[in-house]
This record gives sequence, structure tokens and C-alpha cells, in this order.
Amino acid sequence: MADVQTTSQAILVVGGGMSGITAALEAAEAGYDVVLVERNPYLGGRVTQLYQYFPKLCPPNCGLEINFRRMRQNPKVRFFTMAEVASISGREGDYDVTVKMAPRYVNEKCTCCGKCAEACEAEIDNPFNYGMDKIKAAYLPHEFAFPMRYILDPSIVGTDQGKKCLDACEYGAIDPDMKETTFDLKVGAIVWAAGWNPYDAAKIDYYGFGEYKNVITNVMMERMAAPNGPTGGRILRPSDKKEPKNIAFIQCAGSRDENHLPYCSGICCLASLKQTTYVRERKPDCDIAIFFIDIRALDRLEDFYVKVQADRKVAFIKSKIANITEDEGTGNLILEGENTRTGEQILMNFDMVVLATGMVPNRIELDAAPDVTHDEYGFFTNNPEQPGIYGAGCVRTPTDVASSVQDATAGALKAIQSIARR
Amino acid sequence: MDKKTAVYICTGCGIGDVLNIEQLKEEGTADFGIDVIKDHPFLCGQEGVDLIKQDIEGEGVNTVVIAACSHRVNYDTFNFGRDVIVQRVNLREQVAWSQAPKEEDTQMLAQDNLKMGCSQAKDTDWVQPYKAEEPYSKDILVVGGGLAGMTAALEAAKAGYRAVIVEKEDKLGGFLGRMKSTVTLPYKALSETGAAQLIQKVEDEPKIKVYTSASVEKVSGGPGLFSVDIKANGNSATERIGAIVQATGWVPYDANKLGHLGYGKFKDVVTNVEMEEMAAAGKITRPSDGGDVKNVLFIQCAGSRDPEHLPYCSSVCCMVSMKQATYVKEQNPEAVNYILYKDVRTVGQSEDFYRKAQNDGNVFIRGAATQLGEAGGKLFVEADDELLGEKIKIEDLDMVVLAVGMVPASRPETTPRIKAPADAAGADENGMIEVAPDSGFFANSALHLAYRQGPELPTLKYGFPDSHFICFPYETRRTGIYTAGCLRRPMETAKAIEDAVGAAMKAIQCTEATAAGKAVHPRAGDMTFPEFNMQRCTQCKRCTEECPFGAINEDEKGNPLPNPTRCRRCGVCMGACPERIISFKNYSVGMIGNMIKSVHVPEEDEKKPRVICLICENDALPALDMAGIKRMKWSPYIRFVPMRCLGSMNLVWIADSLSRGIDGILLFGCRHGDDYQCHFVKGSELANTRLGKVSETLDRLALESDRVRFEEVGITDYHRIPGIIEEFMKKIEEVGPNPYKGW
Repeated sequence: MADVQTTSQAILVVGGGMSGITAALEAAEAGYDVVLVERNPYLGGRVTQLYQYFPKLCPPNCGLEINFRRMRQNPKVRFFTMAEVASISGREGDYDVTVKMAPRYVNEKCTCCGKCAEACEAEIDNPFNYGMDKIKAAYLPHEFAFPMRYILDPSIVGTDQGKKCLDACEYGAIDPDMKETTFDLKVGAIVWAAGWNPYDAAKIDYYGFGEYKNVITNVMMERMAAPNGPTGGRILRPSDKKEPKNIAFIQCAGSRDENHLPYCSGICCLASLKQTTYVRERKPDCDIAIFFIDIRALDRLEDFYVKVQADRKVAFIKSKIANITEDEGTGNLILEGENTRTGEQILMNFDMVVLATGMVPNRIELDAAPDVTHDEYGFFTNNPEQPGIYGAGCVRTPTDVASSVQDATAGALKAIQSIARR
Repeated sequence: MDKKTAVYICTGCGIGDVLNIEQLKEEGTADFGIDVIKDHPFLCGQEGVDLIKQDIEGEGVNTVVIAACSHRVNYDTFNFGRDVIVQRVNLREQVAWSQAPKEEDTQMLAQDNLKMGCSQAKDTDWVQPYKAEEPYSKDILVVGGGLAGMTAALEAAKAGYRAVIVEKEDKLGGFLGRMKSTVTLPYKALSETGAAQLIQKVEDEPKIKVYTSASVEKVSGGPGLFSVDIKANGNSATERIGAIVQATGWVPYDANKLGHLGYGKFKDVVTNVEMEEMAAAGKITRPSDGGDVKNVLFIQCAGSRDPEHLPYCSSVCCMVSMKQATYVKEQNPEAVNYILYKDVRTVGQSEDFYRKAQNDGNVFIRGAATQLGEAGGKLFVEADDELLGEKIKIEDLDMVVLAVGMVPASRPETTPRIKAPADAAGADENGMIEVAPDSGFFANSALHLAYRQGPELPTLKYGFPDSHFICFPYETRRTGIYTAGCLRRPMETAKAIEDAVGAAMKAIQCTEATAAGKAVHPRAGDMTFPEFNMQRCTQCKRCTEECPFGAINEDEKGNPLPNPTRCRRCGVCMGACPERIISFKNYSVGMIGNMIKSVHVPEEDEKKPRVICLICENDALPALDMAGIKRMKWSPYIRFVPMRCLGSMNLVWIADSLSRGIDGILLFGCRHGDDYQCHFVKGSELANTRLGKVSETLDRLALESDRVRFEEVGITDYHRIPGIIEEFMKKIEEVGPNPYKGW
């Protein structure tokens, strides 16, 4: 299937999120051959899991659609989903890369008719919704998935359920015998745009994530607010599926903290501010408290902070919450900390708590990889002494979408320079 | 080329179950002279594609109408090369998946869709890319020789492109050259600015030509064909340029406006810029008496995050003050620095530098200064300390540093005024009107574009000529002209460097695309361009005024002078022209008019209304697709006509539709207004404005204004579409059938 022929004049982009897509397109539109490799069954990465962007409160799919259209009509970009880089060897201008493609068990004949999902009875935790709901084991990753093609979870392949899917498909699109494949690429430069993972909030044991149902993270809140999310766009307490009357946002949860992530992830303040608008849209009388150390709304994003400050039902309380416990009867959370402004002890009760957790970069971790530099936090460092592989987006520094796109555009040029130097 | 057209209908995905295919084949293609009409149960499969290929090779078919799924899928499958025109007709999402099976109305809908497709295919001509007579340039002009400017030029050169830097000072370096140190990755300590090395690299690079003590006198032409007149040291030069990066930087906020913080009153109150220059010159001393500096207080957000001064945050001042506190301590380890702040904004890994600044013993106070005064030759500051919850007084200060913000070089001191157009409101007694910030006449001079819509880049907010799009941060409103560095947004050196590299990438890309006759974002790769039939032009100037990108100039008589390389191919000009003289090879007023005319309008007694929906293909059409994918249902009486942008809507389509008996017209497009989503900036807004003028047409035809409506439909609004349609159809039922039916 992947008879990819590339020369060392080609660029490899690892990661098909906003940064990867941008790097690939910008280089391709300048006339260069690009191969884009994405681990998920769809392109778009983490931005597809956002409901809206700050500060415009616009849908991520709008920009993604334009990018997919650019991709559709540009023969110079070839992208592969279900694909991961297995090894990289060589040097600037002459890399040998091996890519492994995991089987999707669904081939190009898929028309997204949905019959396999109808027939399948097995369910899995929905990865797109951070496990907040279940989805059939034969599924479309999300409604705007690009490429638009179903996928079978490996757990049902070779089982009765797998056979049900096979039988239900009229187009011969189900292929339970699909195997992992490997192909080799020769490229001149690599852009590493592998993105990030949310920090594991369970590690912040004094916040009770994982233990207390109604403590969720910012990325989970984002899914809840999305109409294509686990609750159809309604913000509900996980324990009893009721609308919370009040919500606490805890900023810097596990960030700016030498016991967790010492750095600041840059966008969590704005993300929480944005999420207050989600709440306000759905429940005009919900009380919101934001517990913060500093509110980081840089440059003209300050306007967005001013806008949310005008919301009378959002209280900004300068405090680092020290402890969260649960009121078992109600499922409510009890927050304890010091109000740094008044010096008083805080003891407040909330229906739901959102932990604004940070980003952990996906560093290059391959058995065989050339020398690259990561800082002590795992962020990729573009080292002038190690040209040829360039980090772009949140692998390099935690940041917002506009900056990731800017960074990826820069990454595309650096990759082109590596090829032009040959 | 003579057209030999074939129609292929896919009966898979349920299409065959919902429609009478034989009837569709006959009635959907009648009168179009289609040579070949076939159907297949699985057209996107190998067999189906081979069938089409055989006809192309064997029968000489060169125009293919594919009536099947959405154009957004199987795009690679149904691609037969440049010489074959492919027209997609949606029978799946818009018919089979959203309509009632085997109903007459569904059949009529499918037939109309196919007829519109055949009509569109008939009017589509092969594309000839634009090629200018003069040779194209791929050189990059960089206006501004500071960090961003020098970086953009060097990065372009490293990729093999020639760059020209125009710098107004007598040497390169900009503000970077006036700094003592910088703080950048990994943010553990101060770093050298690297200014001297960077300047040397630029001067040594053979691909870069530098003009200092220079300014741009004029830029004419367009991407690939810019002619730039430069004046340097009294000499003139002209450069042929492909694309431009404006990196003219910033100026510090005028601290004279901060008298309440002691500036101008006390000599020892300085700005962060003055502090930096002092440090770079050698030693930080008290300005009043040259004495040693032991106690310094930094007031953050001086005139920033303040609606009375600069409402925005300049993002770097927190780190700059910490940097300067380090200078003070380097000079005198016994020195004490106080930093009075609102919020400390050291994001990303720069949090490490904040941690270091705290560990160094600098005193961070969260609060606001209330009073500043002098006592015994030293300064004191009173403040409300938020964390202690009380008023404090810090005395014995040698210096107070006001951390002022950045103002982009583009921002004018006072809003310029121009001659008001005849019908403009708000003109003063001289007939002058204030220029809007997003006008090309607003910003301070830097480029002197010989463009009818003004000499400078439109600005977004607070005078920054930035893109409004989060996903496309480099897309200014002038094609081929990009901004970088603090001109675009206040940013630290690390970010300015990346920003400049990105801007160089966009500039290079633009030159390559333009030389190949292709458009850039958002219709990247499009090789059509608007052609003007000047014989019928009445010099009304609507196209020259309404083009969102200022692509059309004007001669003294008001004749439009198109510049195809400046064009984004949105078609707003085509929609604006009352004489319909503008067209693209595959998109024209006549084409859409014919499509609408091919829709069958049933007689009034059949009680089957007809509504045309002009739908923007960028966001609204994908939303419609999604509604179909979700198997939502809506009225079979509506016919969707995709538009490149709603701004390309020509009012003649509405007049024609209504006079043919079409009962209603809907427009589905992107959000406009302050937080606009329209990818062509003004398109959606213009369509809405033009609709306002439609009332004249409606009155003339004695029809109700309820028959025409604009609805904002974003890409995720698919769930609203059936409701919007239902509501509109109810309204159409209320106003009754169009009396012009059957005329």
C-alpha cells in the first residue's frame, strides 16, 4: 500500500496536529515534497478535541477544513495516519527513516455508512473523549475525522464482534487480516511536531483526581462543552450527571511546581477564561471561582481577560489551593488553601472542580535516532550544531495555536534550508 | 477545446435505493448534449474508476460529471489530470442521506442537482494560469533591519533566496543593538544579544543587499512583480521584488504621559528602555547626580493593561525588569531590587528565570503604586500591597524604572483623516473623515504602496498590522506582504526570531506560487484569475473599493486596473460588479446564473416551492455535508449552489431567481463583524450589505423582503441547518408562492 518513493529532497514531518499540518503545507506550497506521518487514525491532533479557540471563540474545524482542502489539492503532500516513526538514522540532507503503520482493519473502500458500528456490540473507552464515555469498537474517531474512514479496535479483531463487522459491510472495507506494515523513507530534513500530552493529574495527589469523580481536567472540560462530546455539549458533574451550580478552576495544577512541572504551560489561564464563557453560555447563574497565582493573558489577549473579568459571577481568588477532599454524600469537593490577598484560610465547597493542568511534550524516544537535544523538561531544543531535525510547536515550547502555527511555518523553512544546502 | 462530456452516476451508498436512476439519467442530463451517461454501483472502486478512464482514453471524454458523494471525499480517486475537467454533483449527503427515499420530491431534487452540475460543467473552461509579461522576481524585500528583519533576510538567504534590507537608521541592529543582554532559551541566565555577530553575518552574506539610512519611497506592482523605489543616503535605487516582509519594529510608549508615575518630574524615574541603554553604555548610575545605585524599584505595567494608555500587555516587560534587576545586582551584589507588579507573566520555560530572580533575593510585590515622591534626594513609592493587604512605603530608592510597553511603528500618533466620500457620515467642517484602523490609509508610512486602497497594511487592533486568524497568523490583508516581530505583536527576542523565520517562509512561498501562476492562501494552488471585459465597464469603482485585499488599482477615469498576482481569487469583485464584466475560467456570473436557470420551477398549483441557497464552500458547505452524514433531514425544496465566498454573490442572481418564480433565496455564510470568520475578511459582510440593496429589486418586483435571508452558518453549526431551513420554508409558506411562476 505504501509504495512511497522519496528522495533526500523530501521533508518528513512527524506529527499531524496543527503544527505538523502547517509545516507540511507551508513547505509543500513552496514546491517541496513532504511526507506527513501521524500516529492517530485522523489528522488534527489535539486541536480537534477543543470546542473553541480563545479569544475569538471560534471552532477549530474552520481552520482545519481550509488546511485539509489545501492538503487535498496538493500532490506534494502525502500523509499517513496510524503511522509512527520507528527509527531515524543518517544526517542532515540524508536521513533513512523507517515508519511503522498499525493496522486500521478498514481499507480505502470505506464509505462511512456506519453499518459496522451498528452491528458491533462491543464497546471501548472513547479515546477522543479522554475515556469519559464509551464508543463501539468499530468506530469513526470523531465526526469531523479526516481522513473520513472507520477503524476497528484491535480487541475485536478475530472475535465474534469482528466477524459481525465484516459481515455488515457491503463494500468489502473491513479487513481483519490487515497487518502492521513498515516502509522506508529517504528524506533530507525532518520536522518533529509530535505535540504534547496533558499532564497526568493523578500525580497531584492532594487534588484527588482519579479518586473524586467531580474533579476533572481542563481537557476533559473542553470535551464536555463540545456538542460532539460525551454529554452532547452539556456541562455535567460526572458523579450524578447534574448541572453544577458552581465550579472551581484551579490554575497551575501541577505547574510552576518543582514537584511536578516546573515550567508554565502558557495557555492554561486563557483556556480557563475561555471555559468560563462555555459555562456562562449554558448556565447564566452558575457561580465560578478561578484560583490563580498570576493570570497570564499576554499581549492583546489581555482584552479577553478584561472581558471575562466583567462577568460578575466569575470570582478571581489569588490562592494556591493546598488540598481537596470530597464530601462523600454529595460528591461535592471541599477546597482548602490560603487566600493570599486576605490571608484568610479558604474552606469552600464546590459542585465540580476543573484542574488547569499543563502540557508535557512528546520527545523523540526511538531506539535509533540521531543526536538531538532536549531540555531538562523534555522540550526539543533546536541546536544549531545539530541541523536537519527541527522541533516545531508544543514539542519546543508550550504555547497557543497561533504561535504553534507560526513556529511550524518557521520549522518548514528550516527544513527547506537543510535540503537547499545539499 | 471542444467539450466531450460524460456523466457518471454512482448508485452506491444508498443512492440507488432512494432514486429512480434511469429517470435521473434521462431527465438530469436532458438538453445538455451529454455524449456518455453511465451508472455504476461502486464508482469510487477500481472498476468504477477504470470505467471512467476507459471513456477518457477511448472516447476522448474530457469533461466528467460525477454524481455521487461530496466533493470533499474521494478527491484523489476522481482526479484524472489537468486536461480533464471534473464536476462533482452531490447525490449522497444532500440527497440519499438527507431526503425521503423514492419520493417524487427527492427525485426532482436529484434531477436538479444533476442539471446544475451539467450546466456548471458546460460553462467551465480549461484553466490558463496567469503569466505576466515581465520576468518574475523571487527576491525578498525586508523593511527594517532589526532582529526580526535581519533574521528574515538571513533565513531567506540560507534557503537560496536573495534578500534586500531597507533600514532607516545608519546601521543595522534596531533595538537589539541597543540592548545590553537578552533573556532567551533556556532562560537560566542572561545571554549575549548576539547583535554584532548577527549584523556581521548579514553584511557577509552575498545574497543580502543592505541599504542603510534608507527608506522605501514607493512600492508598485504585486507579488512577483513588485517594483520598489528606495532612497538611501540621497541616492535612489529600484529593486524588483517578489514578496515583502515588514519588520519595522516598535517604539516605547511615551512615558511623558505617565506623569502620575513621576516621569518628567523626577530625574531618577526612567523607563525600561532608558535603563537598558544606560546598562548597555557601561554603568547604571543615578541620572540626577551620577551616584551609585543601591535600591531600585521597578513599576510593572506602567501605562499598560490600562484603558487610559495601552490596554494590551506587552508580554516582555516582566522578564525585562528581572533582567535589569540582574544588571543592578551584577554591578552591586548588595543592591536591592523591588518589582511592583500586577501579574508576573513569564510563560513557558521562562518561568525558570522568574524562579532565579526570586532566588536572587529580588523582592516581588503584588500591588499598585499610589504615590511617588522625593525625600532627601532619594525617591519613595507608596503602594497597596495586595498580599499583605496593607499600604506600604518603600523609601530610599535611587531609581524607579517604569516598565513601559511597546507601540508598533505602524501606529499613528493621531488618527489620520482623509477626504470623506460624498455619502459618508461623520465628516468634519473640512469634509474630512477619520480613517478606520483597518484601512490602508491608517498606518504610519513604511511601504508607500501605490495601491488604490492605501499605502500601508491595514491594522487589526491597537495599530498592529496582524492577521485576525488564529490558524493563519501570517495572512495580512495584502497579498505577498507579511509582517514579523514586534510590529506584528509585542514579543520577546526568542519569539521574534521564530516569527521572522516564518515570515521569510511565507514570503518565499508566495514568490514560488506566484511564478507558477498559483494563488496563495486560502485558495492555495488556484490557477484561475479574474478577467475583466472592459468594454462594458461603467467605472462605478465598486470592485476597486470592495476588494478585501486591495488588488485592483484605478486610473484617473475610474477604470479598474487589475493586478492578478495580488488577487486571492475570492470573486468579491465579480459579485460587486453591476455590469457583470468580471469572470474566472471556471466561475462566473453567467455560470451561476445558468445553474439557477437549469432548476425546474414547478407551477404554482403543484404546491412545490423552490428555494435557492447560495452556500459558502469554506464553512457552510462542510457543515451541510456533516448534516447529511448525520442523516439529518430537511426540505426537498431547497437547491444548494456553492460559492467560493458569499462575497462573490452578484445581485443579478437574486433578481433572476425571483423573476423566474423561485420563492425564496437563502445565503449561508460565515460570521462577519468584529470576530469575523470569513476567510476573505469582508466577503460575508459584503454579501449581507448587498442584500440590503436587494429590497429595491424586491420592491420593483412587488415581492416581500422575507423571501431573501442571510444566515450565519459556521462549520460546527450543522445541527442548526435543518431548523434554519424549516423555519425559512415556513416563512415562505406564509408569504405564499412567488407570483412570477410560469412567466
